[in-house]
Amino acid sequence: MKRIVLCRVNITAFRRWLAAAVALAACWSPASRRGWECIAPANPGGGWDLTCRAVGAALDELQVSPGSVRVTNMPGAGGGVAFAHTITLRAADSGLIVAASPSTTLRLAQRQYGRFSERDVRWVAALGAEYGVLAVARDAPFQTLGDLVAAWRADPARVISGGGSAVAGQDHMKILLLAQRAGLNPRRIRYVPFDGGGEALTALLGGFIQLFSGEASEIEGQLEAGNVRILAVLAPERLAGLLAHVPTAREQGIALDWITWRGFYVPGRISDAAYRRWVDALTRVAESQIWTDARDRYGLQPYFLAGAEFRVEVERQVEAFRTMSREIGLIK
Amino acid sequence: MDALGSLLDGFRVALLPLNLALAFGGVVVGTIVGMLPGIGPINAIAVLIPITFAVRMAPESALILLAGIYYGSQYGNSISTILINVPGTASSVPTAFDGYAMTRAGRASTALATAAIASFVGGTLSIFGLVLLAPLLARWAIRFGPAEYFALMVFAFAALSGLAGTAPRKAVASTGLGLLLAAVGLDPFSSVSRYTFGQIKLLDGMDFVVVTIGLFAVSEVLQMLETAGGGAAVAGVGRVMHNVRETLVVGWSMLRGSVIGFLVGVLPGAGGTIASFLAYTSEQRLVDREGTFGKGDIRGLAAPEAANNAAATGAMIPLLTLGIPGSGTTAVLLGALLGLNVKPGPLLIERNPEVFWGLAASMYVGNLLLLILNLPLVGLFAAVLKLPRWSLFPGVAALSFVAVYAVNGSALDLVLMTGFGVLGYAMRKLGFPLAPLILGLVLGPLAETNLRRSLALSGGDWSVLFSSPIAMGLWVLAAASVVGPVVLGSKVRRAFEAS
Repeated sequence: MKRIVLCRVNITAFRRWLAAAVALAACWSPASRRGWECIAPANPGGGWDLTCRAVGAALDELQVSPGSVRVTNMPGAGGGVAFAHTITLRAADSGLIVAASPSTTLRLAQRQYGRFSERDVRWVAALGAEYGVLAVARDAPFQTLGDLVAAWRADPARVISGGGSAVAGQDHMKILLLAQRAGLNPRRIRYVPFDGGGEALTALLGGFIQLFSGEASEIEGQLEAGNVRILAVLAPERLAGLLAHVPTAREQGIALDWITWRGFYVPGRISDAAYRRWVDALTRVAESQIWTDARDRYGLQPYFLAGAEFRVEVERQVEAFRTMSREIGLIK
Repeated sequence: MDALGSLLDGFRVALLPLNLALAFGGVVVGTIVGMLPGIGPINAIAVLIPITFAVRMAPESALILLAGIYYGSQYGNSISTILINVPGTASSVPTAFDGYAMTRAGRASTALATAAIASFVGGTLSIFGLVLLAPLLARWAIRFGPAEYFALMVFAFAALSGLAGTAPRKAVASTGLGLLLAAVGLDPFSSVSRYTFGQIKLLDGMDFVVVTIGLFAVSEVLQMLETAGGGAAVAGVGRVMHNVRETLVVGWSMLRGSVIGFLVGVLPGAGGTIASFLAYTSEQRLVDREGTFGKGDIRGLAAPEAANNAAATGAMIPLLTLGIPGSGTTAVLLGALLGLNVKPGPLLIERNPEVFWGLAASMYVGNLLLLILNLPLVGLFAAVLKLPRWSLFPGVAALSFVAVYAVNGSALDLVLMTGFGVLGYAMRKLGFPLAPLILGLVLGPLAETNLRRSLALSGGDWSVLFSSPIAMGLWVLAAASVVGPVVLGSKVRRAFEAS
């Protein structure tokens, strides 16, 4: 008797479990979607994911969006899967935004998204930015960018740099640009890629690399603990807060900025009215207190470009990256 | 003494009614999410992060909830692995070897209870490690460079020869296939695409979940279809509790698994998969005298399960003390910490003691809750197996498809999974072991990047691979685990012949 009852309970449990699995999978599938959606072209936890979640939450709280904004993680090919998805399957979907950053424009410049170009989507706005930093270990012999350049000039092979991006990625580009602007041959500079800024930072602390290329937020914890020194921030002006005492590269005579903006594009074939609605919506977010708080929480600096202005900046950036990649020999 | 006092303060934080409720909620959600392969803790945590911000939760409370999901999912994962051979993550693959074999042998309840207890032991012991050794181990992890990682991978491959069983050549072939599959995708250094045949979805390589579920679950269903007829899938489910002898035997296995899991878990990037595989293979090396591993040996289940959970705790060390995430899930937790205005790093313990010690204490509590929650439910879970075959196997097949689709929402993955199911079936029929393939797939990219990275750092000088004491130690271990059994084996044989 007892056995039969137990069995029935469990068939129900098993069915519920399956039903839950199906329902959860349905939440993930694009077909069942209504309302606004933000695609983060990476796994949860990264910059694009946080951009989608923070801006999505702000859109919802300001009641700009019809209901909450769903965040879809679509990792793959450094954003290439989401880019192709947007252009080929969602070209006229006016309820979709996709998170982007200079990592997107750099890959477009190096033609890593296949046949697609920056003109196949419409660029809406950038709502905040981080700035690049170059750091060394506490006991490193370099005090300034000048010391570093001098060491490079003496023997480029002696200074090994590293960062969280692959060869030709953002962190590598910062190093190459610095060398180029300092009048050195970028092809002789050594760079070792790591899986993310965290691992590169570990390698710096462990003495495996001598120069770390990354973002300010990646390094603040170690900076406060006094384990690393930042040689330069790659920003037009000094940053506020913890990094206020760190000179910019410009102050040290090398005109190099690296602005990691956080922005969005939308599918290329939506109507002008729908595009304007997105520009207005994100402008309202950018001007709100909710966003200012969220931006500070994520360690982002103020930075805002929208509409045509943003599009022009993206196109300029892609062109500049392409020229640089060619000069440095990263692409033909 | 200082640590103990701080820990008591931590318990004061963890036992606040709200935090206790959050820990409970976290482990329940984690268990459920872990049971549903393909969804995984990353997604559950990512969904909950904005909610913790929205309700302005205190950082320690939010972390207690999110970490609860993290280690709760390790429990849940073992349930679907043991019952229906669907390992939701690569790190539970070793659990399947003996766990599912025990289910087939009619000892599912024993297996589930062992897994729950092993998880508890691994989790709890490693929290001791976290509390006592965190700063020390963080320094050790920093010394672990690319050359040391490569030596660790070589050791893991060498230990794998224990999995080879009676067909070492077939095991090598299986590993090679895994390595080949690992090469698919973008070159990790230069971002050049390899073996992708123009498919953009292949650029990120083969997803473990797709390969694992195909190889294990789908091929299992195919094999089961051979034996037609109704009736329940397995003869029985066995008893929940161990007898005294079993308890002693698995106790040591759990202990060893916990230590290995914790140490490997601390290393950023190595993670739970290597931990559980290493725990399994070294356990087999040490205690498998009768060749019962892989056929439902309780020790072969206890060691990797303990290691799995210990690694999850170990991974918190680089996250909290260095601000460096060691795994995908801890990367999401890092995002959460930053959003909660807690800066992970060397100063975290000083600056946010309530976060660090509160979390450590809540992990004790959470692991205890999981044990209390899971042991009584063992019978309930195991009763799934009493379903007749005609409903269980289609259910497993359906679950596999749902799980794989849930990972990336990609139809190509479903095709790949089916293909791997057929491959797995063929390999079983031809006597090729499946586990080495998974290990090749998991370790391949790590071995490749770390070898190339160490050579890039040294300017092409191979001696860098043997340049540190840690690396040398690992090479010696690797050599010993290949040569050892041969030497020992012949000694034993000689002893037999002499007697």
